[in-house]
Amino acid sequence: MARPTSSHVTRAAKWSLGALAALGLAAALIPALATVDPLAIDDVLAARLIPPLARDAHGQWHALGTDRFGRDVFVRMMLAARISLAVGIGGSLLASAMGVAVGALSGWWRGATDRLAMALSDTLQAIPRLILLLLCASLWRPGVTTVLAVLALTGWMGIARLVRAEVMSVSSRSFVDGARVLGVGEWRMLARHVLPNALGPAIVATTLGVGNAILLESGLAFLGLGVQPPSPSWGNMIAGGRDLIVSAPWVALAPGMALIATVLLCNVLGDALRDRLAGETAASLADRA
Amino acid sequence: MRALAQRAAESLLLFWLVVSLTFLLAHLAPGDAADLLVPPAAAAEDVARIRRDLGLDAPLVEQYARWIGGVLRGDLGESFATNEPVSRVLGRALPVSLGLGLVSLALTFAVGVSVGLFQAARRGRWSDRLLTVGSLSLFAAPSYWLALALVALFTYGASQWGFPAWLRLPAFGLTGPAFTGRGLAWLGEVIRHAVLPVFVLSAIGAAGIARYARAASLDLMRSEWVRTAAAKGVRERDIVSRHVLANALSPLVVLLALSVPGVVAGSVFVEGIFAWPGMGRTLLGAIAARDYPVIMGATILYAALVIVANALADAALVWLDPRRRT
Repeated sequence: MARPTSSHVTRAAKWSLGALAALGLAAALIPALATVDPLAIDDVLAARLIPPLARDAHGQWHALGTDRFGRDVFVRMMLAARISLAVGIGGSLLASAMGVAVGALSGWWRGATDRLAMALSDTLQAIPRLILLLLCASLWRPGVTTVLAVLALTGWMGIARLVRAEVMSVSSRSFVDGARVLGVGEWRMLARHVLPNALGPAIVATTLGVGNAILLESGLAFLGLGVQPPSPSWGNMIAGGRDLIVSAPWVALAPGMALIATVLLCNVLGDALRDRLAGETAASLADRA
Repeated sequence: MRALAQRAAESLLLFWLVVSLTFLLAHLAPGDAADLLVPPAAAAEDVARIRRDLGLDAPLVEQYARWIGGVLRGDLGESFATNEPVSRVLGRALPVSLGLGLVSLALTFAVGVSVGLFQAARRGRWSDRLLTVGSLSLFAAPSYWLALALVALFTYGASQWGFPAWLRLPAFGLTGPAFTGRGLAWLGEVIRHAVLPVFVLSAIGAAGIARYARAASLDLMRSEWVRTAAAKGVRERDIVSRHVLANALSPLVVLLALSVPGVVAGSVFVEGIFAWPGMGRTLLGAIAARDYPVIMGATILYAALVIVANALADAALVWLDPRRRT
């Protein structure tokens, strides 16, 4: 009925996955093949602040115009996509890995480990994630490593809760008792039998986390706490165009549109994955009943 | 009543944990305040004196006890940048942020829920699809970018396309720089200045809530009592507005509490860009100046807001849903 049918969902997922792959390819190829250097500052006076779809004094055409140093906005945007995608995916994966580890340990051992881990997670979740990110990023030296570390440290809590609940429910199923009777050790049981059955929600949360991580990374870069110029990232490109917003709005607005499109695609993909896995869980539950 | 008391105790415990964690994070960071306050060429004894003045040479436990004691007395130390008590700096900024946040939260909720219900009632039609695309895009937009886009629209665009005078909305500050009016005139000026920041904050939040409200009410619409109501001949509009909304209220209250951190986080950027003298702008200024006492104070104040919002939501749930009163 109103619920999107599975063909609908897979079509949306395929489209967004394809578009993200195309973006990744463009990010890899365009800065390498472009005739203009996205980082070099040459003839500033001839090339600066050219509006989109126009030529500069040297006859060079710029799809999305140039910034205040005469650098091509489109090529820079594609170079920035490399960093934004890498940090977004990497940050989300790191956060998930940490969440899966904490969630698995506290769901499996319960007791004091569990109480300690959940108290820590409650505490971190009481601080809005952006504020926590700003606090950590301002305490340490800004840069890509800090951003990744901080994304992981502030993003593991939700996934830990999901995995913990799944591990708890899986560990009460009869196949776990069966494996225990056969003499499977604790660690092996957790890693081989329990965890693979408890990862579904974590995979969905990781996919949905990529868009969020890209947004947060760009926010930090916008504030000067993330990727540092001259390396372009969408956030620091927007920051670079901030005071030109009245006279040359394309410098700040164009990277933002790339950012929105990317986050949108990641979210659509995550939603599709969730609907699909949720459908499967519902179906398997029905089978069991 | 006992449940509420227990909830309050839990909230206090959580707040204590946040305060401790903030202390721990600040002390894990490389370097300390004294390194920031003295010029690089300062003599070693000057550095030692400043460290002693700030109490940084005391054992960690003693510093921690002093920090907790200060928080309990409402004393968050002094700003490095201005030597003003942090509590006074934040006390000045808090009402501005609370006003902005509460108005945005109310709008977020009202607009988000109505759009979600509207979409659920028109599921599958072009208006539903258009709103879905719109809310997905807004939800993916960074608040600072949306704010900058509006600034561009109302400055660059307004002069380019000749907006009428009433549509030339101011984009900076709480009031105009030369504004000296009082009373109603002041209120009107503040409201005019609030349109753009409130719009950015509530548009992004409303997009998220609309998506949730649409999915939740579609789930409810598949329930048996909705089919019964439809079979009785109740009009679809009445089913949505009376039956579905009443049952969706509890999860929506939870959602309202959960959206507080989002509004808080959004307000940091929005205040920064529209130059509103609230907590977000104070925090950004403090980060730029490495003013750690203000950063730590703002962090625990934000956490306090979130904890209070969650506790209030729990109390509201007990009030809304008789099944929870045990």
